[in-house]
Amino acid sequence: MAQVAHDAVTDADLGPFEVEDVELYHPKTFIGKYIWSQDAKVIAVQYGITAIGIGLVALALSILMRLQLGWPDTFSLIQPANYLQFVTMHGMIMVIYLLTALFLGGFGNYLIPLMCGARDMVFPYVNMVSYWVYLAAVLILVASFFVPGGPTGAGWTLYPPQAVVGGTPGTGAGIILMLISLCVFIIGFTMGGLNYVVTVLQARTRGMTLMRLPLTVWGIFMATVLALLAFPALFVSCIMMILDSLIGTSFFMPAMIAEGQQTAYEGGSPILFQHLFWFFGHPEVYIVALPAFGIVSDVLSTHARKNIFGYRMMVWAIVAIGALSFVVWAHHMYVSGMNPYFGFFFATTTLIIAVPTAIKVYNWVLTLWRGNIQLTVPMLFAIGFIFTFINGGLTGLFLGNVTVDLPLSDTYFVVAHFHMVMAVSPVLVVFGAIYHWYPKITGRMLDDTLGKVHFWMTFLGTYAIYYPMHYLGFEGMPRRYYAYGTDTAFMSQSAHTLNEAISIAAIFVAVAQMVFLYNMVRSLTKGKEAGPNPWNATTLEWQTPHTPPKHGNFDELPSVYRWAYDYGVPGAEQDFIPQNVPSEELAAARAKDEGAQGEGKADG
Amino acid sequence: MVFAIALVVLVVGSVAFHILSPWYLTDLASNWGTIDTTISITFWVTGIVFVAVNLFMAYCVYKFRYQKNRRAEYQPENTKLEFWLTVVTAVGVAAMLAPGLIVWADFVTPPDDAVEVEAIGQQWHWSYRLPGDDGKFGNVDARFLTDDNPFGMDPDDPNGQDDRLVESNRVHLLKDQPVKVNLRSKDVLHNFTVTQFRVKMDLVPGLVSYLWLTPTKAGEFEVLCEELCGIGHFAMRGLVIVDEPADYDAWYASLPTYAEVAARSPGDPMVGQGQYAICVACHGPQGAGLQLLNAPKIAGQEDWYLRRQLNYYKSGARGAHPQDIYGRQMAPMMATLATDQAVENVIAYIQTFPDAPAEATITGDAERGKDLWITCGACHGERGQGIKAMNAPRMAGMTDWYLARQLENFKADIRGKHKDDLYGWQMAQMARILKDDDAVNDVIAYINTLNGAPAAADEMAAAGATYLAAEE
Repeated sequence: MAQVAHDAVTDADLGPFEVEDVELYHPKTFIGKYIWSQDAKVIAVQYGITAIGIGLVALALSILMRLQLGWPDTFSLIQPANYLQFVTMHGMIMVIYLLTALFLGGFGNYLIPLMCGARDMVFPYVNMVSYWVYLAAVLILVASFFVPGGPTGAGWTLYPPQAVVGGTPGTGAGIILMLISLCVFIIGFTMGGLNYVVTVLQARTRGMTLMRLPLTVWGIFMATVLALLAFPALFVSCIMMILDSLIGTSFFMPAMIAEGQQTAYEGGSPILFQHLFWFFGHPEVYIVALPAFGIVSDVLSTHARKNIFGYRMMVWAIVAIGALSFVVWAHHMYVSGMNPYFGFFFATTTLIIAVPTAIKVYNWVLTLWRGNIQLTVPMLFAIGFIFTFINGGLTGLFLGNVTVDLPLSDTYFVVAHFHMVMAVSPVLVVFGAIYHWYPKITGRMLDDTLGKVHFWMTFLGTYAIYYPMHYLGFEGMPRRYYAYGTDTAFMSQSAHTLNEAISIAAIFVAVAQMVFLYNMVRSLTKGKEAGPNPWNATTLEWQTPHTPPKHGNFDELPSVYRWAYDYGVPGAEQDFIPQNVPSEELAAARAKDEGAQGEGKADG
Repeated sequence: MVFAIALVVLVVGSVAFHILSPWYLTDLASNWGTIDTTISITFWVTGIVFVAVNLFMAYCVYKFRYQKNRRAEYQPENTKLEFWLTVVTAVGVAAMLAPGLIVWADFVTPPDDAVEVEAIGQQWHWSYRLPGDDGKFGNVDARFLTDDNPFGMDPDDPNGQDDRLVESNRVHLLKDQPVKVNLRSKDVLHNFTVTQFRVKMDLVPGLVSYLWLTPTKAGEFEVLCEELCGIGHFAMRGLVIVDEPADYDAWYASLPTYAEVAARSPGDPMVGQGQYAICVACHGPQGAGLQLLNAPKIAGQEDWYLRRQLNYYKSGARGAHPQDIYGRQMAPMMATLATDQAVENVIAYIQTFPDAPAEATITGDAERGKDLWITCGACHGERGQGIKAMNAPRMAGMTDWYLARQLENFKADIRGKHKDDLYGWQMAQMARILKDDDAVNDVIAYINTLNGAPAAADEMAAAGATYLAAEE
């Protein structure tokens, strides 16, 4: 039974590896525990609530957009400028302030210390500051809704020159607040991000080798590394654009006119901004995707009661995707007017990245193969993720292939693709993860029936929104249009009907999220008691002595004896073996069992 | 069980949707059939993967559903299987990438026999330039751009003198003639897209980008801007007309050269005064307009706008719609201005009229109108002063009942829909943001509060008045 001791180590002679608990270390007051908290778990919840709160704003904006697109001659309050502001703020909030913050600040904070077997992040104070800086960034962003001219409407990509000259909404205070908010966000993220990386590298408990880390930690770790390398590109471009806008420098601004008048700009390059933006922007896709990849791997394995298939390959795929994500950025710019010869290079690198990504998909599906699949609510979301991600990943092969991108770029095909792959897919994982870890965070289960209703409405509803949308893109319907007119020759009348249907599906999905919110609030007090390990999972966060875990996470730090995926181990008593169960204990137990059986036989 | 069925239904439904969908690539009108072929290849490869992986997953969800007394198989990895899956994936990826790169190589190298045309973008219009008989474009520079030199031509460059200027959002191309379209922007980013041609490219201020194609079908095809360029982005349209040689030559011959445009002589107000006699009856001796006769104020309106509208009345692009009652009265009057010079003379005379703001006749909620004006002001100017570069006439101080009627006409497709009304289509789209009568009245009520002067000057005048009052 060599497999039982997968990666086993013996630590018989190792002494205590920690100083004794000091009472001073724990917060005493309400404020210390819950407001100015240095506990990564509390910070995680703060991040989570803030991110979901601002995410609801973005959700509302998306519904306003769909109202305009579905019924273009109806709502007086939605003017072209408003529409562009909705588009911009929806995109920016969802990508940065919701998904990035929730995966890294939320799940990263909660899960990294617990899963690594650490008491907390290594720099708890900096970690606390990270959240409050993030909150400041959110508030600055929200403030831009209330300044004259409103928030910027330049699209979430904030392309100059239009982001800073007339003709675009929010070129005054709106764009400046947006750029400042991003800079503040990046400062806050860097504080958190350094913590996540150092904690994973330095604070893993005894026996937790890198190749025994749950894939959740691998995904969040790699995403954080990407973010630490990618965000500076956005940071400098924000600073440069602020200077272009406020003091008239020309980093991104060429000689041009604005509103019919000559401007004082001279010699800058709009394409330079696009390179910087996408040097950040493409890794950003994986900053959101890699944590989702990691989390979904663990959810699948736990609820399929089977080890993740091809763990080593999964780790290397995460690393490979992370590395490759830095050399594909200009596939967002095939038709940007950059030197078209770049197309050869970036199409090739982009399609190469499909290989490790495909491997991950195969391995998820092969994890289900010969598993013992429990269709719990987290599992529904995980499988829903695979389906959605396959769809979104495959359409990426259309857009990544430079020639195919020509007709599809800037159409609704792009909108459908990126919503499938980096909106719906990661959000399904977020939901799955919340249903999975809510019992640990609160000590109570989320309601199963409401969870299933939420899943089916969200999964089917989003597919109804985005699958047909690809075909509007094939027909040539451009994105970021306030209205299409009814006399555009190449657009069929039925396309307008389809737009209406998509809007109805979008409202349906938005309503489903209210079911989820209700479930979250209701289960806080009414949910079934969860117990320490309701899913019979192997990873360390389920082995804490208290649920929810107290400050410091563990009484005595656990030692790790095996990888995170010992499900269905032949010969084991249960269908899972937690990471902190030593193999000796197991061997002893087995010997006892065999002895008992032997005695039984002898008796018979 | 339910989930497995749901997955199968989704897969089958998706494939059926693909086959039955009425929404798909438009009929190709260029040489880029190779792009469509690459899309087909991509569809086959990705479609097979989509169906295979999802059906396999559905099978797993059904077959390996939870049973209390069963254990999952313990198999950490299977190197051989993983290796072969990687190889097969790589082959599939290569099968898509190879044709993609081959077609791209074709796209980045325009053929030697391609003729050139320049498409110029600005917020929110298209114009075009042809190199003229010498086949060479003259130099242009953003610093030369003014209302009188909208193409930014270098006046001293001999190569530019015979460039043919197309001050219109329409351009003609010759069928079966490869054409390289050079792309230039005067202000922000734009994108030149003709859906039926398949190819598109951004316009970037400060550089010239390009694309090339061979139109293969005669007909008219819409040009769309597909790079977000501001409030009017959705209404930035143009038209490509693909001609047989005879039609193309006729169009080409009608285009003025840069030298001709530069040498245009201004109108003579003295001569114009005589020709204005026919206008007096309705528009009044000083062009102040008369509501009783449905004649708007023309004093203070800009010359380029009057010129365009008068020519539209002449050509029938305006005043021909059966429901445009008052426009139909205006059209025959134009018969008296037979020549271009006559039109210029009358306009020159109108420019001599004193300009007093017209009386307000429409009431509405000016505060609400101010919010609506954000869209309008993007072209007509924050103070409604009109901006020539935007092809947007003056609104402030003009007769408000006339504005209301024109807005209703635009909304009802009575005005702006004629195919030769170049900028009317855009206004018709824009008028639709005023979704009810109240909105029309509100925005006009706000226009009535504007005086057409730049905001800063206005405030300075106010400050000056306060200062003077204080002095006294």
